[in-house]
Amino acid sequence: MTAQHTRTHTIDVSSILRDQKTTGEQNEACIKVENLNLFYAEKQALHGVNMEMPKKKVTAYIGPSGCGKSTLLRCINRMNDLVDNVTIEGKILLDNENIYDKAVNVAALRRRVGMVFQKPNPFPKSIFENVTYGLRIQGINDKRILEETVENALRGAALWDEVKDRLNDNALGLSGGQQQRLVIARAIAIEPEVLLLDEPASALDPISTLKIEELINELKEKYTIVIVTHNMQQAARVSDYTAFMYMGELIEMGTTSELFTNPRKKQTEDYITGRYG
Amino acid sequence: MIRLWFKSGTPWVWLNAAAVSTSLIMVVGVLGLILVRGAGHFWPSPVVQFTYQEPNGQIQTIIGEHVDTSITPAAMAKSTGYAMADDEDTLVQYLIKAGNRDITGTDFRWILERNVKQQQSPAELMVVERREWGNFYGRLVAVKESGKIIAEGAEAWPAVQTKISEALTVFKKIAHLEKKEVGAINYSLEKLRLKQKKLQLENLWDTAAEQRVAAEKAELEVEYKKYQAQLSELYQQIRRDSLVAKTESGAEIEIPLNKVVRIFQPNTMSVFDKIVHYGVKVVEFLTDEPREANTEGGIFPAIFGTVMMVMMMSIIVTPFGVIAAVYLREYAKQGFITRLIRISVNNLAGVPSIVYGVFGLGFFVYILGGNIDQLFFPEAAPAPVYGTPGLLWASITLALLTLPVVIVSTEEGLARIPRSIREGSLALGATKLETLWLTVLPMASPAMMTGLILAVARAAGEVAPLMLVGVVKLAPTLPLDGNYPFLHLDRKFMHLGFHIYDVGFQSPNVEAARPLVYATSLLLVLVIVGLNLSAILIRNHLREKYRALEG
Repeated sequence: MTAQHTRTHTIDVSSILRDQKTTGEQNEACIKVENLNLFYAEKQALHGVNMEMPKKKVTAYIGPSGCGKSTLLRCINRMNDLVDNVTIEGKILLDNENIYDKAVNVAALRRRVGMVFQKPNPFPKSIFENVTYGLRIQGINDKRILEETVENALRGAALWDEVKDRLNDNALGLSGGQQQRLVIARAIAIEPEVLLLDEPASALDPISTLKIEELINELKEKYTIVIVTHNMQQAARVSDYTAFMYMGELIEMGTTSELFTNPRKKQTEDYITGRYG
Repeated sequence: MIRLWFKSGTPWVWLNAAAVSTSLIMVVGVLGLILVRGAGHFWPSPVVQFTYQEPNGQIQTIIGEHVDTSITPAAMAKSTGYAMADDEDTLVQYLIKAGNRDITGTDFRWILERNVKQQQSPAELMVVERREWGNFYGRLVAVKESGKIIAEGAEAWPAVQTKISEALTVFKKIAHLEKKEVGAINYSLEKLRLKQKKLQLENLWDTAAEQRVAAEKAELEVEYKKYQAQLSELYQQIRRDSLVAKTESGAEIEIPLNKVVRIFQPNTMSVFDKIVHYGVKVVEFLTDEPREANTEGGIFPAIFGTVMMVMMMSIIVTPFGVIAAVYLREYAKQGFITRLIRISVNNLAGVPSIVYGVFGLGFFVYILGGNIDQLFFPEAAPAPVYGTPGLLWASITLALLTLPVVIVSTEEGLARIPRSIREGSLALGATKLETLWLTVLPMASPAMMTGLILAVARAAGEVAPLMLVGVVKLAPTLPLDGNYPFLHLDRKFMHLGFHIYDVGFQSPNVEAARPLVYATSLLLVLVIVGLNLSAILIRNHLREKYRALEG
């Protein structure tokens, strides 16, 4: 690809992180995106994105539809590899290792970077089998370990009390909100380091959405979370950092409170005040 | 006005409804015809005694079953040479099954209704179902044991019934001995002969081997002698008794009881007796082997062969088709080549089945089978083992024939699995292979079953290619028996579809065979429906289990 495609918008994330450190929290970057370009065939979908996402914090991506926030999210666990004719340039560092390195085992990477999709997608199996799916792939078949993991994961996803008596029922019998929490349980059952949430509440009713948001607040104790959302109130409620994207470019990134109250860029201000998007 | 009517869509609705009802009527008609004709065959019909004036004026008695009536318009009858009186509008003829083929030469004849002087149904008329020469119709005179009369007149009937059941028991014993025990010995002897020949071919034939083979052979011979003695004793026993009967013309003939399957007097039977008789006949039809060039007896080998072949075919075609579909859909790069392959596969489904038969004979039987024989069975030469039509080649040929159906429906099934499910699995660290095996394939299994259902429906009814690659008119042995290795894929087999063709068109006795054509057709339909139903049940079960996220 030629250089004309790669317009870089460097945002001084490190200064934000430094600010945070003064508050006494440990804020090493977990994921670093360096100069990332992505092309679907000839069409460029991401333009030189650079950003850092700190450990055990919630980072939200906001922006209008088609701005590339989901595409960027799916780069972090290499889900875009599945798309035909996709070309990716640049680096994403997870704990200082480039995940686009040739030597990287993609399946192992995805075990470290779990993902929850927009629409709940439980497998047509029992609740128990859904949660243990990732473990079984790793060859863990010890019943005691599996049962323990299922309970922990379902408790972690705030679903245990609702389903503990029907673990062997088909997961498709659950409500949409329960299904989404089951999918989260399934993702945390394999104890990833990072959890990617792609508009996890957009297909849910307000009460289920609330539950998911509460859950995100609990989960950030243990996981680095990246969430894509259309809903700015949601971003404001759940995230520590927010990145605003527009037309495949990262426009602005900062702490959530700062970005929403005092945006540095005009585009960001226009978007969050509802002038477009 | 008319235009408005057309615009309202009413004629269109009527046209659609008419198309549906026409199809429905045709299906019901076909099923009804074969049901009535096929299932009615086993019901015992009364035996009638006609006093009949032959066209030459001679009066004679005809005993038989009234099978059919034909009504011909006078003009047409006249043109074919019948003298017609002026007041006669139609010529009515009866088809009579008079049996006694050994005496009269034919067992069916047409008689003119106007020449029938008298029609009676005397109670004492009996039907003797025989193993040869078809039915005998007449009156019982006496029962003989070792040539001496032991019962006559009124006592003859109960006596003959007990004698018959004795004879049947002995007959069953003989059949069992010959088929099972002696059959097994013959099979072992043949294997021993092949072993000897193989050792000779490999230059390993020394004194030790010779002695070993000779010892085994001697052992088998001893056993064979033992059975031989038993058999000859049984044969003597069964040949001892006979019955004497009077035909319609008054002549007396003697029928040995070993040739008799059953004797009954339909005119005295109550409805209950008839139901029992019907049941026995149906069971015989389903479980017995055919007699008399397939026009009598049962069709068990054909049912067995059909089911066996369909199952073998399913076992071959399912994995093959599924694997091909998985490659086409999941791994191959979608483009010109895959499109070309898909079009070719779809077109394969339209190739006439006889072409598959020719291919099966030329490639599977002669090339593959011939080479297998040369490589693995040199000792059997010049007799072929796999180099001749047989169950294996028939199954493979039909698997090839039905492959497109399985590929197409499996591909459709795979295409219907939502992307989100695959991504969900991959996001949990599963590889593409694990995703396929753990999630995608189980979810696509109902579609595979649909493919299999269509394949079974097509394969079970296929006859033309089978005639070239393994089906025969009469197979002496089933492809599955008690002799190691139990499943004999090299054997020829019988098939219901071919059986219908054979009985209907190749039979020496068309009239006798006709009801069997219907009965066999009925059974073929039932077998296919049965196979399909079981596949559909499995599919519905799978569908319920893998009820995918719709939309």
